[in-house]
Amino acid sequence: MTALTNHAPVLLIAIPLLGAFGVPLIGKLGRTARNTFVGLLALITAAFAGLLAASVFGQAGAPSLYVLGGQGFGIPLPSGSTVPIRIILEVDGMGAFMALITALITLTGAFFSFSYWKERSGGTLFYSLLMLLTAGIFGMELTGDMFNFFVFLEVTSIAACGLIGFRVWLKNSQEAGFKVMALYTLSGLFVLLAVGLLYGQYGGLNIAYLAGALTGSTIDIVALGLLLTGLALKAGAVPMHMWAPDAYGEAPAPMSAVLVANSQASLYGLFRVLFTLFGLTVSVAALGWILIVLALMTIFVGVTMALIQNDIKRLIAYGAVSQIGYMLLGVGVGLAVSAAKPDYGFVAMQGGIFHMINDAACIGLLFLASGVIVRATGTRDLNKMGGLAHSMKWTSVLFIIGAFALAGVPPFNGFASKFLIYEASFKLSPFLAVVAVLSSILLLAVFVKVFQAAFLGARQEGLTSEVPMGMMVPMVALALVVIAFGLFPGFFVDKIVTPAANALWYGRDAYIGLVLGGG
Amino acid sequence: MNIGNLPFVAAALLVVFGIYTFLFKRNLIKLVIGVSLVETGVNLFLVTLGYRTAGIAPIYTFAPEAERMVLPTPQALTLTSIVIGLATTALLLSFAVFIHRHYGTLDVRKVKELRG
Repeated sequence: MTALTNHAPVLLIAIPLLGAFGVPLIGKLGRTARNTFVGLLALITAAFAGLLAASVFGQAGAPSLYVLGGQGFGIPLPSGSTVPIRIILEVDGMGAFMALITALITLTGAFFSFSYWKERSGGTLFYSLLMLLTAGIFGMELTGDMFNFFVFLEVTSIAACGLIGFRVWLKNSQEAGFKVMALYTLSGLFVLLAVGLLYGQYGGLNIAYLAGALTGSTIDIVALGLLLTGLALKAGAVPMHMWAPDAYGEAPAPMSAVLVANSQASLYGLFRVLFTLFGLTVSVAALGWILIVLALMTIFVGVTMALIQNDIKRLIAYGAVSQIGYMLLGVGVGLAVSAAKPDYGFVAMQGGIFHMINDAACIGLLFLASGVIVRATGTRDLNKMGGLAHSMKWTSVLFIIGAFALAGVPPFNGFASKFLIYEASFKLSPFLAVVAVLSSILLLAVFVKVFQAAFLGARQEGLTSEVPMGMMVPMVALALVVIAFGLFPGFFVDKIVTPAANALWYGRDAYIGLVLGGG
Repeated sequence: MNIGNLPFVAAALLVVFGIYTFLFKRNLIKLVIGVSLVETGVNLFLVTLGYRTAGIAPIYTFAPEAERMVLPTPQALTLTSIVIGLATTALLLSFAVFIHRHYGTLDVRKVKELRG
């Protein structure tokens, strides 16, 4: 068990990566064999993510190393050298927290897909790309090296765009695929240029090594600007969000949620760069306010654009965009005050980070439910739907749980994290909290409209009745997560959110010291 | 002849031209060309970072002390980046082919079902 836990970081990347290339081969044996294989891959990956999280959170989120190419997997430096040249995976509370989110979303997404693809063609391609995307996301979250981060970023870009556009017979998917791929490529090149600038100055690529050497020179600031632009673009922050509704809206329903997890991984990269790589070497107050402005624009634009949508998937996609804003707001408030480190700054960090897992669960639930709705009605246009509650009682209950959680209504998880964000941002500036609360209320109105349009009204003829079990179970699982996190927020904040927030807020020296020694 | 900082200037120009093409051209193929130009600029920048005037290739088990060698890491980075660039360009062009099949045009002003 200890050996498995020790090797978990690299296995989390290797298993889905090799599995991705195994899926088309196993697919030749038939549908049952392929589904069993994918199900096993997803379960094993999730189990390793659980093991890793248990071990990291067991040590209160202290960072741990996995070194490839050394005599042992715990020795970062070749003997007599002070420059880390080996491939290093470094996992701390924040990395393990993100791995949990990814595992939750890919597991439910994969199991939902088994029923979803029964009636459609293209399943083998889909599972292959899903596994590749999973490997890329885990790679981004666990790596301790800037260049490897770029490579995994590109792996997720290519796999994600493959997933959006692999159904070449659909007109819109091609348009969305082109747009998203072009912007993802640009974002990747910004990151690569920044990596080049940092390498040129300090002669290293390891995050801990670079963090130890950074001086905050003008070139560092340019590199930081490039990283901020590239990663915010890929996370879908306004004003660089144009691709996000296309991507989430045109991807197959179980995939939209995984794309949100992918955006969150870029957001994680941004936080890692800001807190661990740069830390206090640059003016954190200015940077924090840049994040806060981005966050307010994202929240506001996301919600107002959701208001005018008639397409159910695009509407949920704009909801997903607005939630990225809440995470940025929480962490931005934390960053702005991270020089003085007052208590409310830490609360803001907890809120922003807690909201990542809450958003993944409730947006995932909503996207899966939208897949069920589109399957039953054969349309995505809200004006043509109605009366679904007559034939799909459980789906309507699950949809309303997801919608209330997203809008931050009390018994559900969205409220728990948003409340922390409101409370902390109010202390920095009441204006921030006002915008955040008003946008949440507006979002609730949007989803009440959706619920009324899709589920209420007269019974329509010719609708398929309730949903197959295979689709129901993943949705119920996500709904249980939503409710559990809403009912016992204190427990989860203590156990997993606080170590993650600690790793960013206080953990810079420990992160550097683990690789370079001393510290 | 010492070329000084010329390669950096060339790399910066390529990136700027690429971004200009990406923002202001309306043909999908030209957008792909723009993305490729940015990529080439970044690759040139990386190779230039590792270049040492009159340096030799760093292929030794025990390196001699006095030789000037070009840095190997940026070359490895560039190679990786070229391979990734190949994949993204191929994917972009195949999307362009399918868009042409569906819409009968490559003009971005006419390919706009996804708005707002």
